[in-house]
Amino acid sequence: MAYSDKVLDHYNNPRNVGSLDKGKETVGTGVVGAPECGDVMKLQIEVDGDRIVDAKFKTFGCGSAIASSSLATEWIKGKTVDEALSINNTEIVEELSLPPVKIHCSVLAEDAIKSAINDYKAKQQVDSPEEAST
Amino acid sequence: MDLPIYLDYQATTPVDPRVLEAMLPYFSERFGNAASRSHAFGWTGEEAVDRARKQIASLIGASPKEIVFTSGSTEAINLAIKGVAEMYASKGKHIVTSQAEHKAVLDTCKHLEKQGFEVTYLAPSPTGRVSVESVAAALREDTCLVALIWANNEIGTLNPIREIGELCHERGVLLFTDATQAAGKVEVDVARDGVDLLCLSAHKLYGPKGIGCLYVRRRNPRVRLVAQMDGGGHERGMRSGTLNVPGIVGLGEACALSQRELEADRVHTGALRDRFEGRIFAALDHVHLNGDPEHRLPNCSNLSFNFVEGESLIMGVNDVAVSSGSACTSASLEPSHVLRACGVGDDLAHSSIRFGFGRFTTEEEVDHAADEVIAAVKRLRELSPLYEMVQEGIDPGAIDWSGNH
Repeated sequence: MAYSDKVLDHYNNPRNVGSLDKGKETVGTGVVGAPECGDVMKLQIEVDGDRIVDAKFKTFGCGSAIASSSLATEWIKGKTVDEALSINNTEIVEELSLPPVKIHCSVLAEDAIKSAINDYKAKQQVDSPEEAST
Repeated sequence: MDLPIYLDYQATTPVDPRVLEAMLPYFSERFGNAASRSHAFGWTGEEAVDRARKQIASLIGASPKEIVFTSGSTEAINLAIKGVAEMYASKGKHIVTSQAEHKAVLDTCKHLEKQGFEVTYLAPSPTGRVSVESVAAALREDTCLVALIWANNEIGTLNPIREIGELCHERGVLLFTDATQAAGKVEVDVARDGVDLLCLSAHKLYGPKGIGCLYVRRRNPRVRLVAQMDGGGHERGMRSGTLNVPGIVGLGEACALSQRELEADRVHTGALRDRFEGRIFAALDHVHLNGDPEHRLPNCSNLSFNFVEGESLIMGVNDVAVSSGSACTSASLEPSHVLRACGVGDDLAHSSIRFGFGRFTTEEEVDHAADEVIAAVKRLRELSPLYEMVQEGIDPGAIDWSGNH
């Protein structure tokens, strides 16, 4: 199978590989996929105010899955949480020229962003009981 | 050393230069149709075909008259299974095979199921072997055929064909074996091993693509087949169609070389495989051998690199041509049915790679390939959230992933 140049670039030089401290209250962690399906993505964000100031990922999966999650971290860094939530998997498909059999990789990357943001939001509610109760 | 390095000898092999040399005259000056009885052109072709029949028969312990030429193993498998099933349907309509067979066998059996045959798909052991006991337990009064692969094409596991052959002969059931990967790699003797039908293919043993054959036993018992290709009645009526004389010459020469060099090839490829595995296991943890450590082809190594997905690994080893056990490279996202039949978890099946070594593989190539695999696995594990969990003392296998789809 021929990979697009952009997939190869992200695979060979993945952006933002690594982990953030998942115990930190400003960090949201999303883990999606399953080993039996051949794809697991972990995507983390660090939020300051409503802006994503840092993003990291680790992915078990094919080259397209690695590229999709690498691209996702690149895109959400510097965006507000709401802007990040509006990223659609089809934009990832387009940017990386993913073939039909690899569309699920982009879906997983979108899910990973949403899952990380949900985790972050849940933490804010738990960590600010006064706010939550008012 | 030329790059990329070819380590996919179970997929196909290069034509041995000695085989090519034997074939060449039969494309040009000796072009006759082997079925032309009326002139010297035809006689020359027929002589070449007869010589090839002897060479092939000699490799597998058969008589030359028992060889039926086909386009390859897939056709031979179709002819053997459908041909026997249709011929012996009045005796019974039950077939025994295994879940770890090649798709050519499985799909042919599925076709027959639609025609009213019943098929038992035996589960192999975790190392991929079908036991003689499981075959014995599956045989019925109406069983007309047992079809089992000699050496598995994905993991290289060898089935106990001789024991199964004895059992089948005692019980009066025909045994067909797909010896595509076994012929020329391990000793195959249809007389000693009690095999009634056997297929092989030239391009797996340093011959050309597009030519193979089916061995059909002529006595004790005499096996009869319903032809699947009708026409001029070639190959004793079992397979019509003008013989591919250059291909047949190539198959014959490839068999003769493989017979003469079987021991040398076995020692050579076995040493390379052990060298490769030695380097891999010394440098990496969490690597699993798929298949049978004892009963396996000398030239095949199927390994699962836990926490690294197979397709991404193949992408990371640009200089090495290998196949992934995960079928992600095809349109299907299903992992290998062979590994699944062995009870290998889908996570490990997605992490498997098949390495095949051959007559022309060198130590230098093996070392380079192993180093590249080791570097790619290390790099991808740095990227792997599963490997990170393991480093933190969390077992990814103990996590319920079902909510994460």
